[in-house]
Amino acid sequence: MELLIILLLVFMIIAALNALEGKDLLSSVVSLSAVGFGLSVAFLVMGAPDIAIVQVVVEILTLIILIRATIRHDLTTVAEGTEFFGLLVGVVLLFVVFLFGLEAVKALPPFGAPIMDAVASAPSRYYLEHGLKETGAANIVTSVILDYRAYDTLGEATVLFTAILGALAILRGRPLKKKKKG
Amino acid sequence: MDKSEKPVGMTLIVQTVTRWLKGPIILYGIYIVFTGHLSPGGGFAGGVIIACAFVLITLAFGAKFALGRVGKLLASELDSLGALMFVTIALLGYVGGSFFRNFIQMANPAPPFRIFSAGTILLSNVAIGLKVGASLFMIFIILAVIRVVEDKDGKMKMIQKKQGGDN
Repeated sequence: MELLIILLLVFMIIAALNALEGKDLLSSVVSLSAVGFGLSVAFLVMGAPDIAIVQVVVEILTLIILIRATIRHDLTTVAEGTEFFGLLVGVVLLFVVFLFGLEAVKALPPFGAPIMDAVASAPSRYYLEHGLKETGAANIVTSVILDYRAYDTLGEATVLFTAILGALAILRGRPLKKKKKG
Repeated sequence: MDKSEKPVGMTLIVQTVTRWLKGPIILYGIYIVFTGHLSPGGGFAGGVIIACAFVLITLAFGAKFALGRVGKLLASELDSLGALMFVTIALLGYVGGSFFRNFIQMANPAPPFRIFSAGTILLSNVAIGLKVGASLFMIFIILAVIRVVEDKDGKMKMIQKKQGGDN
C-alpha cells in the first residue's frame, strides 16, 4: 500500500513539474488537474472517502472553470534567461526551507500512526467512543464537522461567502468611481 | 438554423445527453446531501455535484437558457438562504443551552442509521448543500460566462462575455 502511495506521489510531482514548465496555458491547467486527481486517489487509498469525494468533485468543477476561463486567452510564455541574483535568492531560500523541513520530518510520528491519540483523554478517542451516542450520526466525520467542530464549518461558509463577494466586486465590468464622475 | 444566427451552446448530441443526464445528476447530489450523516459525502460534496449539473446545462445550452432556469439573482438568494439557515440552526442551539448544541438529538434521541436521525446534522447538511451549490454555480457564472456591468440607470446588468476573447 505504501508503494502505491509513493507511486501516486511521484506521479503528482511529475504532473506538477509539467504544469510549471508547460508551454501553453491549457496544458498547464490539465496537468494541474492531474495533480488533484492523483491526490484524490491517494486519499481514497489511505481510507478517507469523504475527502476523496470532495476532492474529485471540486477538481472537476475547477478544471471546467479554469479551461473555460483560459481557453480564449491563450497566453504563450516567453522563455527568457533568468537573472543571476534571482536564481541565487531562490536557491538559498530553497536550501533554508529544506533544512527546516528536514527537522520537521524528524519530529513526525511514523506513517499512519495517530498523532492526537497520545493520552487516554484525547478528543479523538472521545469522539470515537461517544460520537454515535451523542449525535446519532453514523458517519463519524459528519458528526465531527457539523456537531463537535461546527464552528469550523461556520468559518468555512463565511470564507465562501466573502470569496463570492470579492469575485463579484472585482469582476464587475467597470469601476464604480468612473461612473460617478461621468 | 439560419446561417446568420450563431448556434447557441454545443452540438445536438451533447444537448440530448445533457437532457437525459441532468435529472440523475441532480438527484445524486440530493442523495449525497441527505445521507451525509450515514455514508461518506455530505453537504459540501452534494452541493458541488448539484452545481456541476447546472454548469453542464450552462455549457450545453448556452448561458441564456441556464440563466432563465436559475438566474444569477436566484442563485444569490439561495446562497444567502443557506448561510442564514446554518446560522439559525447554530443560534437555535441556545434552546439546548449553548451555541451549536444538537438540541433535537438532545430532546428526543432518534435511533441511528436512519434518514431522520442525528438531529440538527441533517438540517445543517441541507443548509451547507444549498449554500455551496448556489455559490459555486455563481462563481462559475461570474468567472466564465457573464460580466456584470452597470447600465445608465445604475442598475446591475448581466451581459454575456464576448466570444472573441478581447476583454
